[in-house]
Amino acid sequence: MTAAPARITAKRRLGDTLFSGAALAAGGFILLVLAGVAIFLIAQSIPAFLIDPAEIKGQPDSFWQYVGPLVFGTVWAAALALLIAVPIALGIALFISHYAPRRLAQGLGYTIDLLAAVPSVVYGLWGAGVLAPSIQPAYVWLVDNLGWIPLFAPPVSGTGRTILTVAIVLAVMILPIITALSREVFLQTPKLHEEAALALGATRWEMIRMAVLPFGRPGVISAIMLGLGRALGETMAVAMVLSPAAVISIVLTGPQNPTTIPANIALNYPEAHGSYVNVLIATGLILFVITFAVNSAARWAIARRKDFSGAN
Amino acid sequence: MTAVDNSPRTVVNSYTAGKLPRWMPGVTLAIALLVSLGAFWLMSMADGGEFNWILATIVGAVLFVAANWFIARLVEGGRQAVNRLVTSLVIAAFVLALIPLVWLTLTVVVNGTPTLMNGTFLTSSMRNVVGAGGGALHAIVGTLLITGLAAVISIPVGLMTAVYLVEYGTGKMARAITFLVDVMTGIPSIVAGLATYALFALFFGEGVRMGFAGSVALSILMIPVVVRSSEEIMRLVPNELREASYALGVPKWRTITKVVLPTSVAGITTGVMLSIARVIGETAPLLIVAGFTASMNYNPFSERMMSLPVFVYTQYVSPGTDAQAYFDRAWAGALTLILIVALLNAIARIVSHYFSPKLGR
Repeated sequence: MTAAPARITAKRRLGDTLFSGAALAAGGFILLVLAGVAIFLIAQSIPAFLIDPAEIKGQPDSFWQYVGPLVFGTVWAAALALLIAVPIALGIALFISHYAPRRLAQGLGYTIDLLAAVPSVVYGLWGAGVLAPSIQPAYVWLVDNLGWIPLFAPPVSGTGRTILTVAIVLAVMILPIITALSREVFLQTPKLHEEAALALGATRWEMIRMAVLPFGRPGVISAIMLGLGRALGETMAVAMVLSPAAVISIVLTGPQNPTTIPANIALNYPEAHGSYVNVLIATGLILFVITFAVNSAARWAIARRKDFSGAN
Repeated sequence: MTAVDNSPRTVVNSYTAGKLPRWMPGVTLAIALLVSLGAFWLMSMADGGEFNWILATIVGAVLFVAANWFIARLVEGGRQAVNRLVTSLVIAAFVLALIPLVWLTLTVVVNGTPTLMNGTFLTSSMRNVVGAGGGALHAIVGTLLITGLAAVISIPVGLMTAVYLVEYGTGKMARAITFLVDVMTGIPSIVAGLATYALFALFFGEGVRMGFAGSVALSILMIPVVVRSSEEIMRLVPNELREASYALGVPKWRTITKVVLPTSVAGITTGVMLSIARVIGETAPLLIVAGFTASMNYNPFSERMMSLPVFVYTQYVSPGTDAQAYFDRAWAGALTLILIVALLNAIARIVSHYFSPKLGR
């Protein structure tokens, strides 16, 4: 028996040390940035909880009374946007993955991706200047004929710049992200599952319902969550389209609409001074926490699924 | 003894029996549209109102979906009818999504082109301009400076992080970075702006506004996109290439710089271009940390700096006495922005098409 040969180790080179060090530093820098974002926001938010509420715009009784309508508006607008966007996005994803002719499918996918390339300020400009005036007659009709439903309670907005218009614009903006992810998942459905369903005599829709949708469900859910995160954080489109008020109201077509946290920051920040700045930063912190939770949940769902299907 | 009936039977083809012919949906659609357009035209003739062709088309489409379902239900049965219904709905969803894309593009081009071409828009700033005239040169310069600096910060950091994740990273650290990069992709842009403001306020005092702060805010949004795209491309580099390099005794860092990065340079360039295209349209963080101004400012390290998205926003929300001139400039700014984004996207696609490595397939 000879002794095991000594393990041969590579010579440590200065270049390697420097390069791997730089790579590690860059990775660590990202952790630092994210921690920095959280720490700076928290540090600047603390004064907001201590000041006299009278300094806040609109003189609410407390900080939470100021934040309440904003949080409601943020969640409400994002939920409405999801309600509009999800069925359409899933329809588009199915169209591209299972209905469109193979040759065209990729080009059609790019077309939908173009929606994501338009800057948000342009959506705002279009929503406020073009969509709102065009859709206002429809609101008049809704309020006249369906006014007994609380969602369409009179009076009607004269400008069309309501939370429903905002939700439509947001829905257009989050369509591409939901479509892109769902499409990827649908395309990964095992071919054998689909062919087995078709061989048993299923129609195309029955095949999709039995093979594609159950397989894609976790991916679709995380796509929806990512879309929700985008809708919650969208600033300029809401700021430009909505005519805001500090109310909690579920009326979709009225002149009094709850605004969202990011839009409120964008509208008031340029003229804010003193501790009102801290109040706005504190609302930003609340938004950060909400979106962080939504995005983490979505990414966790994707990561959990990755282990057994290879989808992401 | 049974008599075998050998006489030829005149059965219909069992594969097409009980099915609607292929041309049926097309004919149904044409009839539905004709009926709807005709009805609306008659109604507009009757009460002298305007002919609302948009509403007529929508009603026609709904009519088609219903008729298609009903006919299929009568002839083919319930399951086929539902299948046809879903097919129409899926196609309708796609058409519905194209409407805002086409509508928005047309509006921006129609409203923006006259002002964009008026001669002063691309050559002057808004200094001392009230009403018509003036231009967005200060905003274009500001956008290029701020985005350029953001790229200078983001590309090295993003690229090195991707190198770490692909070549070095293992275990908890790599998993944590991957997760946080994903989460960072979802940071609302306005939160990035607020955090940057909080950072700069520590050093420069309250109310700080400078172009460089805008670059930092954009970097927070840009780094994760660069990391994700570069990482995906670098994972595509075949391991054989790395192993061949190691076998020749090349150190790891030389392998990365001489083999991995050159092989993936096209994909990385594409990813970087797309990430620039994403942040160049960001408005909210720049509104907060870079502020807005009507004058030229070439120095990103002092004073307020205008950028194109903020230009569009301010022109739209605070029009002066001659409001139309301000709106025209906003549309022209939006068109300029879309053209820049389209250009970046086109470059990215061309680069990835012509320079991506041919991986032996």
